Amino acid sequence: MVIKLKYSLEIRNLAVDVDGQHVLKDVNLMIEKGETHVLLGPNGSGKTTLLLSILGLSRYKVVRGEIIFKGRNIVDLPTDERVKMGIGIAFQNPPIIRGISLNTMLNVCMGKKTTEITDDAVKLAKELNFSEDFLTRDVNYGFSGGEIKRSEIMQLIAQQPDFIMFDEPDSGVDIENMELIGKIIGKLLERDLIPSRRKKMGLIITHLATILDYINADRAHVMLKGKIACSGYPKEILDGIRKNGYEKCIRTCQEQ
Amino acid sequence: MPKNDKQDGYYKEDILKVGFDLEEKNRSGSYLQIDHSVLAEKSNLEDIEILNTVDALKKYDWLKDYWWKAVSPDKDEYTKEVDINQNYGYFIHVKPGAKVEFPIQSCLFVSKESTHQNVHNIIIVEEGAEVHVITGCSALHGVNNAFHIGVSEMYIKKGAKLTFTMIHLWGPEIFVRPRTGVIIEENGIYISNYICMNPVKDLQMSPVTYCGKNATALYQTVLYASEDSKMDVGSVIYLNGENSKTEVVSRTVARDDSEATVRGTIIGKNKKIKGHLECRGLMLSDNAIIHAIPELRAETADADLSHEAAVGKISEEEIEYLMSRGLNKEEAASVIVRGFLNIDIKDLPKQLEEEIQKKIDISMAGI
Repeated sequence: MVIKLKYSLEIRNLAVDVDGQHVLKDVNLMIEKGETHVLLGPNGSGKTTLLLSILGLSRYKVVRGEIIFKGRNIVDLPTDERVKMGIGIAFQNPPIIRGISLNTMLNVCMGKKTTEITDDAVKLAKELNFSEDFLTRDVNYGFSGGEIKRSEIMQLIAQQPDFIMFDEPDSGVDIENMELIGKIIGKLLERDLIPSRRKKMGLIITHLATILDYINADRAHVMLKGKIACSGYPKEILDGIRKNGYEKCIRTCQEQ
Repeated sequence: MPKNDKQDGYYKEDILKVGFDLEEKNRSGSYLQIDHSVLAEKSNLEDIEILNTVDALKKYDWLKDYWWKAVSPDKDEYTKEVDINQNYGYFIHVKPGAKVEFPIQSCLFVSKESTHQNVHNIIIVEEGAEVHVITGCSALHGVNNAFHIGVSEMYIKKGAKLTFTMIHLWGPEIFVRPRTGVIIEENGIYISNYICMNPVKDLQMSPVTYCGKNATALYQTVLYASEDSKMDVGSVIYLNGENSKTEVVSRTVARDDSEATVRGTIIGKNKKIKGHLECRGLMLSDNAIIHAIPELRAETADADLSHEAAVGKISEEEIEYLMSRGLNKEEAASVIVRGFLNIDIKDLPKQLEEEIQKKIDISMAGI
């Protein structure tokens, strides 16, 4: 008998503490092969905590529940092993590392041992509207908000993960670059392919939902106080939030 | 180059690690001294003369005008020892206006147990000339109880430029006392790169630079203190001339039970002088010590002197950023340390650069 592992991300009854605070209480979420989901919710509701818990950063202590990726519970794996399994993230506020160039980061993402600027890196830079010179700058040092977003996305293209998380890719981005970022994220998540051919999975945190103008997400979830309070079609949920605010939207959602 | 079958080979690998190329590829000249013997003193260009200082003093009467003029023989017990009991050292003379394309290489090597190698070096770069001198100081692996005392006097004439890259690769039982004085005349430029990545029993030095009018002195130092090493490295810069300036940058990593003291002193004495000290340290062990001592002294109202010093550990956030791109914890730490120590040194021989990278990779294991 061949057991086929499910190509998906499933979160079951997840509870996470951060610095002793119970931030995530009971999160359940299922992202199937080829799907992209959107995560909405007010500040402090636990959206970023969910992403960084999936990534497995050390501050995020899983106290209960499971994160099952490609059929395997990954809660005890270190971050790099999760990444090697195909998880990737575009951070909202990545750290500056002095002495490490953006190019070095790209080489790390591509698994290249060299410190040279490769043709692939030059091509990527061009695609993200960066000059070749920009690649030699210390990563995130003196980058503008928009440059950070583009740099994070560029690293993800180099990395080619199967499940990609984006933490507010549309905040602090000017209109011109918004279109670029939207299109590239769409391509990264294979939204340009017909649904049955899509394999990549995505989870996008957004406040402004601007990104949804460029990406047709499959599902939206609203987080509130460490739980997913409401899920549904992105357009309906968004309309509800826009019209009535988070609280009322969730109440309606739960009544149904 | 030296041909001595008995000796051939045993030091080759060690001197290659400090950037000395026996094939002399892309080098303008060479000086090689092992213990108390001069094995090579050779220039490949007419504009450069390379000799040992004992012969040079005999050959040129005028050299006594430079002898003990940038460093005093009475400075301390070590300079006194070199004055009384000198074992050669290099004399490098670059003629006026010569722009030397490839570096001159020198190597001072200690091969015998309990050796006292007391060298006295002189570099003179005449008006308008430009040269890069790479000097590697090393000891044969396993040599114990040896002393290296090196007096170096450097004279940079009007509008001349000297880049001086020094690599120290000693051993855990070697005692090292360099004593350096640099005099930069009007519009002259001195660039010092100093790299010490290997254990050393006890190293202490504080080269003194005297800047004339419009002169510039740049110091870049990379220290990697490990095991029981004791390193005390600094630089003292006198901004004597009007509009002279300096920048002193150091990166120090300390691990195991090592102790690194990093000093920097700028003394501003004339109008429109400008100086900056940047000293950063990275701690990799609870038993190591980094002691940063930046000092500024202004003796004129028209001074612009500043410093910044920071000592800390590798940030967890930086490690996790790299882990989220697929590196494991150890690899991430190694990339960060490499980045930390990454100062841009022009014309550094490739072998040397690789050696430095390799050193970091090896020494990061188990952190």
